Amino acid sequence: MDQATDNRCPATAGEAGGSLFSWQALGFTGFLLLVFVGVPVTFGRLPYFITVLTNAAVLSFISLGVWITFSIGRMNLAQGAFALVGGYVTAILATRYGISFWVCLPLSGLVSAVLGALIGWPMLRLKGVYFAMTTLSLTEAIRLLALNGGDVTKGATGIVNVPPPGTIWIFGRMVVPPFSSADPMPYYFLAAGMLALGLVAVWRLSNSRLGWVFRSLRQNEDLATSIGINVAKYRVMAFSLCCFMAGTGGAFFVAFQQNIYPSTYTVADSVNFLLYCFLGGLDYLFGPIVGAFLLVISFELLHAIQDYQALIYGALMIFCMLCLPNGILSLRLRRFDGRRNPKA
Amino acid sequence: MLLNGVVLAVNYALIALGITLIFSIMNILNFAHGQMFMIGGFVVYYLYGLFGVNYFASLVAVVAVLGVIGWCFEKFFFQRMRKMATREENSMLLAVGTALLLENLALSFFGEKQRGVPPVVSGVFKIGDAFLPAGRLLVMVLALVLIVGLLLFVQYTKLGRALRALAQDREVTYLMGVNVDRIAALGFALGAALAGLAGGLLMTVFGINSGVGTVYSIKAFIMIMIGGAGIVPGAILGAVVLGFAEAIGYALLPGSITYLLIFVGLIVFLLFRPQGLMGKPWG
Repeated sequence: MDQATDNRCPATAGEAGGSLFSWQALGFTGFLLLVFVGVPVTFGRLPYFITVLTNAAVLSFISLGVWITFSIGRMNLAQGAFALVGGYVTAILATRYGISFWVCLPLSGLVSAVLGALIGWPMLRLKGVYFAMTTLSLTEAIRLLALNGGDVTKGATGIVNVPPPGTIWIFGRMVVPPFSSADPMPYYFLAAGMLALGLVAVWRLSNSRLGWVFRSLRQNEDLATSIGINVAKYRVMAFSLCCFMAGTGGAFFVAFQQNIYPSTYTVADSVNFLLYCFLGGLDYLFGPIVGAFLLVISFELLHAIQDYQALIYGALMIFCMLCLPNGILSLRLRRFDGRRNPKA
Repeated sequence: MLLNGVVLAVNYALIALGITLIFSIMNILNFAHGQMFMIGGFVVYYLYGLFGVNYFASLVAVVAVLGVIGWCFEKFFFQRMRKMATREENSMLLAVGTALLLENLALSFFGEKQRGVPPVVSGVFKIGDAFLPAGRLLVMVLALVLIVGLLLFVQYTKLGRALRALAQDREVTYLMGVNVDRIAALGFALGAALAGLAGGLLMTVFGINSGVGTVYSIKAFIMIMIGGAGIVPGAILGAVVLGFAEAIGYALLPGSITYLLIFVGLIVFLLFRPQGLMGKPWG
């Protein structure tokens, strides 16, 4: 039975993956150059714009997690919840026990991932709207938990004055200088680094056997079971990966903004993460990144309409759904390939 | 406490019935249901609270306003979507988008303030040891009448039969010569009107603000998950469970811990019975 999947995957991957691979490799190299060389050189003197880009980078990092759950065919509205969990883990460890941010960051991701696996195991048995409903409730539940956390989460007053990331010393040498809240540049590099790492990881994953397994879950779980795929294991895996990204993203924002409140991530944020993925295009790895950068930057540039941001998000979502159901990237691919992009 | 539970349960049943109606007919989860509830409340606030229109006349206006909104949603958004959707997530995302849109429209137009209206009827009834304000009794009776009316309508009229047929099998309903698009739009309008009516009724007890939409959407989801999605008796059962749980919880526990416990309970419950109390097993 296992042989059947192994035979099928490389064959399909070879056929569709050839052009896809080079497209994505090219795009990724360009992306890295732009992010690590182009942006600092161009905007290095504009701290405000760097802050905006940092926001967009980490938001797209978190949305990338949502993209993974989309690839197993689940609509995840709990990403805000796990970002909140990650944020609180970092905030509590850093303020109460003085643990370095560099330890907290992966640890927050890990806590979120474990929690995600525990909650996800029963919850992922649900499908479609049922899963969406439960995850939506979960976002609200975690917010209430933070609000009622007593001394641990400090309730509605939140945790403030979280120290910025400190120095890293390796063999007596200073590898990473201490961060200060006045200079956004180190944060930017950290955010860009996280995004690049996340992107490579998800890209490798979606081209590996695991990626094909995930997509097979989206198309038909029963069929996947019948050819010997342990459906429960893989979907929990995908979900906790997604939660890991939410947790680290949430931890980053705590260090970046130096505070966290129960209302830092609400249902609206969970919905926004979905919107980023959707606007860029669910079938493309770069979808969440294109979506997040486009929306975050355009809203920062258009100050006048910021009061109506959420309203425009809603209208945009409906408009996209009706006119561009496969996302912005589907436009480009269609023009270059001269054919409609494949569904899967 | 228990009387409060009854009042809540009956009104929640209205909400749950509305969302069940839409869900069973179109297989769309109406994420904007709580927002429709909120708009219903605001219509009552403006007509009855500010302009002094008769309360029952404002309830009729609620039905009209929400009916039009629901009809437009189905006609312009979801019908189009069904014809061109490539992934099943699309209609869900569209529903989320409509919720976002309605909530923020309300924020822009109605502001963030908590709004309340003067009581419709005054006086208090004493039942045993408990006191029941007449306003709450009125809300309860009206909701009960509406529920019974809806059930009779769906069971015995021609339109109701068409709605039930649509919920069972779309293609066969076409074959029977039913104008499916029109009936679906009607069903959506009816569901939206029910949400609005619940808003208009509960408004007199709790007041309303632009932010309550999400809260009530979540309550509606909880109810249909307890009872089993798309099943009418399940929706009522879910409403009863949630109404009493909430009333008892608020009386005994501080603040928002009640909902935390309800969420935890829900997730544990779904672990054992993912299809709800009355739902058929699926997936």
